[in-house]
Amino acid sequence: MVPAAASCTLCHAARLPRTSAAAATISPAGRNRCRAVAEHAGRPGALKKVGEEMREGMVRIPSGCAISGIMSTKGIRFNGEAITRSIACMHERSNGLGGGFAAYGIYPEYRDLYALHLMYETPQARVDTEENLRRHFNVAQSELIPTRPLPQIGEAPLLWRYFVRPVREDGADGLWEDDDYVTAFVMTVNREVPGAFVFSSGKNMGVFKGVGYPEDIARYYRLEEYEGYMWVAHGRFPTNTPGWWGGAHPLGVLDWSVVHNGEISSYGVNKRYLEMFGYCLELQTDTEVIAYLFDLLHRRHGIPLDLVCRALAPPFWKAIDRMDDRERELYTALRRVYGSAMLNGPFSVIVAFQGAMVGLNDRIKLRPMVTGKKGDLILMGSEESAIRVIAGDLDEVGSIRAGEMAVARLEEGVVV
Amino acid sequence: MSNYLPPEYLVRIDEGRCRRCGECVRGCGFGTLAFAHGAWKDAMSVFKHDQGDLQQVLARIKENVTDRVVADHHKCVQCHYCVSHCPEGAVSVQPNPLAYRGNHHWRPEYLKNIWRQANTGGMVLTGAGNDKAYFSYFDHMVLDACQVTNPSIDPLREPMELRTYLGARPDGLELEPGPGPRGAVLKTRLAPAVRLDTPLVFPAMSYGAISLNAQKALARAAKACGVVMNTGEGGMHEDLYPFADWMIVQVASGRFGVNPGYLRRGAAVEIKIGQGAKPGIGGHLPGEKVDEGVSQTRMIPVGSDALSPAPHHDIYSIEDLSQLIYALKEATEYSKPVSVKIGAVHNVAAIASGVARAGADIITVDGFRGGTGATPLAIRDHVGIPVEMALAAVDDRLRQEGIRNHVSLVVSGGIRHSGDVAKAIALGADAVALGTAALIAMGCRLCQKCYTGNCSWGITTQRPHLTRRLDPDRAAENLTNLIRGWSLELKEILGALGLNAVESLRGSRLRLRGVGLPESDLRVLGIKNAGV
Repeated sequence: MVPAAASCTLCHAARLPRTSAAAATISPAGRNRCRAVAEHAGRPGALKKVGEEMREGMVRIPSGCAISGIMSTKGIRFNGEAITRSIACMHERSNGLGGGFAAYGIYPEYRDLYALHLMYETPQARVDTEENLRRHFNVAQSELIPTRPLPQIGEAPLLWRYFVRPVREDGADGLWEDDDYVTAFVMTVNREVPGAFVFSSGKNMGVFKGVGYPEDIARYYRLEEYEGYMWVAHGRFPTNTPGWWGGAHPLGVLDWSVVHNGEISSYGVNKRYLEMFGYCLELQTDTEVIAYLFDLLHRRHGIPLDLVCRALAPPFWKAIDRMDDRERELYTALRRVYGSAMLNGPFSVIVAFQGAMVGLNDRIKLRPMVTGKKGDLILMGSEESAIRVIAGDLDEVGSIRAGEMAVARLEEGVVV
Repeated sequence: MSNYLPPEYLVRIDEGRCRRCGECVRGCGFGTLAFAHGAWKDAMSVFKHDQGDLQQVLARIKENVTDRVVADHHKCVQCHYCVSHCPEGAVSVQPNPLAYRGNHHWRPEYLKNIWRQANTGGMVLTGAGNDKAYFSYFDHMVLDACQVTNPSIDPLREPMELRTYLGARPDGLELEPGPGPRGAVLKTRLAPAVRLDTPLVFPAMSYGAISLNAQKALARAAKACGVVMNTGEGGMHEDLYPFADWMIVQVASGRFGVNPGYLRRGAAVEIKIGQGAKPGIGGHLPGEKVDEGVSQTRMIPVGSDALSPAPHHDIYSIEDLSQLIYALKEATEYSKPVSVKIGAVHNVAAIASGVARAGADIITVDGFRGGTGATPLAIRDHVGIPVEMALAAVDDRLRQEGIRNHVSLVVSGGIRHSGDVAKAIALGADAVALGTAALIAMGCRLCQKCYTGNCSWGITTQRPHLTRRLDPDRAAENLTNLIRGWSLELKEILGALGLNAVESLRGSRLRLRGVGLPESDLRVLGIKNAGV
């Protein structure tokens, strides 16, 4: 285990049992702490980030959105201009209160290291975080994320990135996978270090986001200077003013990122379900729920990706009753066991992780989602225009059907 | 002394309308109404006071005695059978307007019970559920609906799913690559479950407490609606065998009617530990209700009181319960889920957690408004806690322990309408049991005299001239209609919430808000106040 130091938040997190497939539960101590933190956060004057009671995590903020995604299945890298054009085309779907991007394959020189992107709202936040960070990680590189001052972008937090490798001298190798170790660190910082927020934590990928229109955010982060083989983007239309950069999308953990258009009406069920498996849902956003559900079902329970999608947006019983015996048994089991994981309500979502991009629509298609193909490029977006603006003469174009998904994967043998 | 007890209700016959058909006289199970009684006195007074001759008296008797309906008000329980069945609308029942000296503390009901007990030295018995004015949490919770940011769903135009499975679920599924659908083969074998087409069940009401016709009605309705009924602790009459797939068979402390065939016949087996109306005490079936049929089904002598013990004599701790659970699973070769029914008491969360760990697949939590055929009034009205609180606490605890998925939760105890059902599901119930509501659908007027065996409506009686009034087909139709009506309303509620499957409401405390509840209650219920 991690050496016990009173001030070390990760050490507390380390008491959580290692998350392994079916049997994973969280210790009572961990859960109580979760609750205590939630109650703590809800008290005026004791807010994690001083004086901002209306930000994510304090209240639930419904949003409308635009989403877009591009991937080269051959792993050919291209810069952020295409995705920026695509999301800018849907300008009126967002209202300038949140935009963001996830880019995959952009840090090949550090491909074996975790790339942590952090927002600091105070200098103290950086001091506290780095103290923790250096205790648990070897930091290969620590630098400002390059930005370009823009009049359209208001006050921004300090944006910093680290390329790190977990230190395993604590003897925790047998207990913790690297991924779990990093996840615990991210959750601990986000929950317990005032003014600090880890918004990207995968390998060879990065999230870039903030408050503003997505095309402005792209210019602010100088995305034209990065080259990735897969890009996803999000433009946000929140119903009130979160004003917090961490609340913009994509959200995710490790190399998972989720962009999402919709409002999950079953949020409360999904949240309480995930909490039972030790997840702490800090941001009160649907996107967070989707990311964690993929993590639980796919990574921890080992459910194949397309069946994860079928569990999250399952076929209706009427359809299941018509299936042959084996199929009916499988889908009945999926619905019985993962009923609380079902995402109910309107959504179109793009989930991306290293090597793949998955588009998924809700059970009765209450949000738009179009896919297209052009050579080795797979495109997804809220509107057809967002795809056509990148490639006018598409080889294929179509809508994802209700409850269906589209998967784009790197071709066999492609290394990124 | 008993004569000094004033009647609670007054039965009035409109002489002008009454055409002396006798429907009310025959109808009253409690013998309240009769021809003649008052008229006979009239005639006698003529004889005594007017010194009239015998011929005159006989003429008066002939004229009046057989021709007027009079009431012994003391016997009326206000079950409305006479009122409902008088073809002329000539009968009315009113509360006795007799004035008591106003006293907030010594209310008339307490005086009357003291007089009763001073007379008899017995316990005051009652039936049905707690009728005291305890605070209703259901009435102080409201449901959410969608506006703009997420659309509501129209159940008239879109599919809306209520199907529910009761039984244990694993935390996750194990799949392996193979020739199955989508290249996956299911390795996990799921535990047996009871399938419900709508998240409603009929709870345990035994043959003995209620009539065979009432049980037949429940069984037919359960089959028609794709839900289940529960035999209660009185065994299963052979007339019900064809419906056994829609029946949960109960094993209570009296073990009435329990044998291997009984256990294997049902859709599931339920161990009754307690009941909301009388947690901590056993069953009370008065000998008056034990006729030939009940005797054979329960395997006890005709006319004997069937008093099941307070605890199971083989369960004095949680590990004993576990043994019985697994004994029943063995007896049914692990082909049926085993349910455990507990009354909602103070420590219900810890008890439920223990029950789940003891191996139960379903836990039924019965709140203090739950009904009964017979119980001491002191227990019914003063023991147990509201089901809303119990449910919230149990669901929370099972989640904290990470074992919520291992059991299904059924709640019962005073569920009055589909709104209560939806709120219970949002608090965390898998399904909701409607017992009293089902009896009401069959005609019950909640007179609370089930323990007398005189039920005029033929529901809680075994007297043949009363039970034959309850037409099982007609009553089954009423029950089916009720389930259908509530299910339609549930679909409307789900649609308004923007959901198209009931599992997306299950445990969604976010879709509930409290109105007029103190912070402490909101915390137990795990809900926010309206406006927040």
